[in-house]
Amino acid sequence: MAETASAPVSPAVTREVFITELRRLLPEDALIHDEAELRAYECDGLSAFRELPWAVALPRTEEEVVALLQTCHRLRVPVVPRGAGTGLSGGALPHPQGLVLSLARLNRILALDPFARTATVQPGVRNLAISEAAAPHGLYYAPDPSSQIACTLGGNVAENSGGVHCLKYGLTVHNVLRVRGYTAAGEPVVFGSLAPDAPGYDLLALAIGSEGMLAVVTEITVKLLPRPQTARCILAAFDSVRAAGEAVAAIIAEGIIPAGLEMMDQGATIAAEDFVHAGYPLEAAAVLLCESDGTPEEVEEEIARMGAVLERCGATEWRVSRDEEERLRFWAGRKAAFPAAGRVSPDYYCMDGTIPRKALGEMLEAIAEMEREYGLRCLNVFHAGDGNLHPLILFDANQPGEWERAEAFGADILELSVRLGGTVTGEHGVGVEKINQMCVQFSPVELEAFFQVKAAFDPAGILNLGKAIPTLHRCAEYGRMRVSRGKLPFAELPRF
Amino acid sequence: MNAIVDRLREQVLEARGRRRLEIRGGGSKSWYGAPDPEAEPLEVGLLSGIIRYEPSELVLTAYGGTPLAEVEALLARHGQWLPFSPPHFTDSATIGGAVAAGLSGPTRWGHGALRDYVLGVRVLDGQGRVLRFGGEVMKNVAGYDVARLFAGSLGTLGVILEVSLKVLPLPPATRTLRFACSQDEAIERFNRWAGQPLPLSASAWWQGEMTLRLAGARAAVEAAAARLGGEVLPDEAAQRFWEEVREQSLPVWRLQEGEVLWRLALPPTTPAWADAEDALVEWGGGLRWLRCPAGDDSWFERARAVGGHAVRWRGARAGERVFAPRGAAERAIEERLKAAFDPDGVFARRLPLE
Repeated sequence: MAETASAPVSPAVTREVFITELRRLLPEDALIHDEAELRAYECDGLSAFRELPWAVALPRTEEEVVALLQTCHRLRVPVVPRGAGTGLSGGALPHPQGLVLSLARLNRILALDPFARTATVQPGVRNLAISEAAAPHGLYYAPDPSSQIACTLGGNVAENSGGVHCLKYGLTVHNVLRVRGYTAAGEPVVFGSLAPDAPGYDLLALAIGSEGMLAVVTEITVKLLPRPQTARCILAAFDSVRAAGEAVAAIIAEGIIPAGLEMMDQGATIAAEDFVHAGYPLEAAAVLLCESDGTPEEVEEEIARMGAVLERCGATEWRVSRDEEERLRFWAGRKAAFPAAGRVSPDYYCMDGTIPRKALGEMLEAIAEMEREYGLRCLNVFHAGDGNLHPLILFDANQPGEWERAEAFGADILELSVRLGGTVTGEHGVGVEKINQMCVQFSPVELEAFFQVKAAFDPAGILNLGKAIPTLHRCAEYGRMRVSRGKLPFAELPRF
Repeated sequence: MNAIVDRLREQVLEARGRRRLEIRGGGSKSWYGAPDPEAEPLEVGLLSGIIRYEPSELVLTAYGGTPLAEVEALLARHGQWLPFSPPHFTDSATIGGAVAAGLSGPTRWGHGALRDYVLGVRVLDGQGRVLRFGGEVMKNVAGYDVARLFAGSLGTLGVILEVSLKVLPLPPATRTLRFACSQDEAIERFNRWAGQPLPLSASAWWQGEMTLRLAGARAAVEAAAARLGGEVLPDEAAQRFWEEVREQSLPVWRLQEGEVLWRLALPPTTPAWADAEDALVEWGGGLRWLRCPAGDDSWFERARAVGGHAVRWRGARAGERVFAPRGAAERAIEERLKAAFDPDGVFARRLPLE
């Protein structure tokens, strides 16, 4: 599929010399340079983009991380940090003349303080592992991206990951107190603090969501929250997507911040139901999941209020989970939406725009129009509470031209997200995937400012080179390519 | 409004290489941070008005010079609030000034800090560039989170022309409870209770009295109040008390001649210091206010030693350090960020980079 050429770079050494250097820093079992083994690292969760790196390093200690960074900095070899490789925007796509720095083996929970409600972990610790370790104390780590069984905290920090509960409990940036790590030059840095309001500029906010371009994090301290005593979920059906969208706005207008507020359109509902049998109504044009958590009294009160709103907004049917098993079944369908798309189509392409909630209906109508225009189907799942859309464009990579059509379809959705007052990425990151759409969302001077922020942390430009922020040259090229909406000149040629 | 922005831009460009400017909204926090007596004021108060507010979107966008009181009154009319309860200090406080100062009030404990609610900004930087970062949606990871960088940057990077904040519905019920206990007991309880599913909103301990604010669903507040006990403060008294904490008008904040007021941000479980029994404790132990004789710099080191940081909040004499020092690598990054947005140093360094 698509190949990407990264920004130009000139390492001071050949690959052979570099690998010799690496061997001095790491034991042989912490180093991969054989082509067959490197294949496992050629892409992340966005497999449409692939590249072989010079080598992959799997350090076990912080000292090894520092030595690797210092060596790469000295030799001008680009470094691509990587966690579990579950990212969906190609943020961990290797550089063809670079090192992939896997932090997966730095996977220890260093401290868990139930009294202070904090956990200090290495970047390779899995998201869910923190909540599992905190569970005996009645605590948990709130951000819960769908990939939480596999994805690492280091990756969550890089992407500012969210999850289905972030409307109420916030994103990674709201739940991390402090990170410790190293600049691209290998200098130690600490951003944030265990005390409130760290002095100086909020470097922690810049580091979180920086897609591995500003620093390499080796220790993360997160907030732990008391686990809500109980949770219940409403499953509501609507005969139009617009009515479901209006119900979402009405719930918020009622002064309710649900623990989760998700929407699926009919296509997504049918695919998910067929896969996990969650009990979804198949005839509904849209299904809403509205979750309430807290004390039993609080949940009862909130469920009653939400039920009244749903009724008023014309829900054709709504039911409340009777027990934990049923609640989890309601969610199972939503959480399985992506793999369900994979069952009904050979390939799918997941988008990630965010729009103001009120524009939901307009967006869905536009997507329906695009389905006709591009001749591809699209299933829609949304974190409706915060306006974050995940349209899943179905295609078959083996059919000539389908990937290119899917990509152009996706680009149209993202650019419409910007026009509706939203953003090209709510939680998956820009990576290599949405780099062209950054040209639509930001002006040349804003992109220039982003490059200056990058240079403030990494003046040599070593870390995750060529990701997230497009060059002005690239934007100019993209502007010329998008002259005719959806009809790319030389669509058969690999782009960039 | 464009004409006002153009005028500000001209003033910034004209000052480049000639003089330093200090951005001034309502002047309510002009004493905060390191003063620059030579800087001339850059008045942004005319840049005022709410740009967009739709309660069901949970976002409010306003010009930087909009009075904070106007923003809060509008939100209150729609049953919403700024959950970080920013201090005003005077009636002239603006929303842009609140964001630039980065200060949160007593409800930060239960509801989060100002920076947690910043969604987007439009700024005028020291090069005269008008830049927009972030946006008006809750989830947005396009580009670096520069909007949050402006929160607490004390006007050193640029003028906040517009700011978009996440807002929330007012909690349906609140209750304030008071208990007699020592500072150590209060810190222990704050932390223990914060680990339990309770609707905690704000906390304070001062002179043997612990005050706790609950906010949330009616049923949850009632259940928690019944469980925790204590004396229930009448609504009016409770409101007045939290207002006094937010606006720092209790006697602990009243400085005598020859004194310094220290703001000690500490990991919340830090035990009470024996020589800090007079402190007012907020944020579940995470923030402690203390009046001490001037000339004692040891609080910077004492706070640092436990993982916190001190600010010489009021009473600093000319040339005295105000903010805790940062590490060398972090300072170098801050210096380069300042140079990126303000290469000629047009904006006064109220937040010194040392």
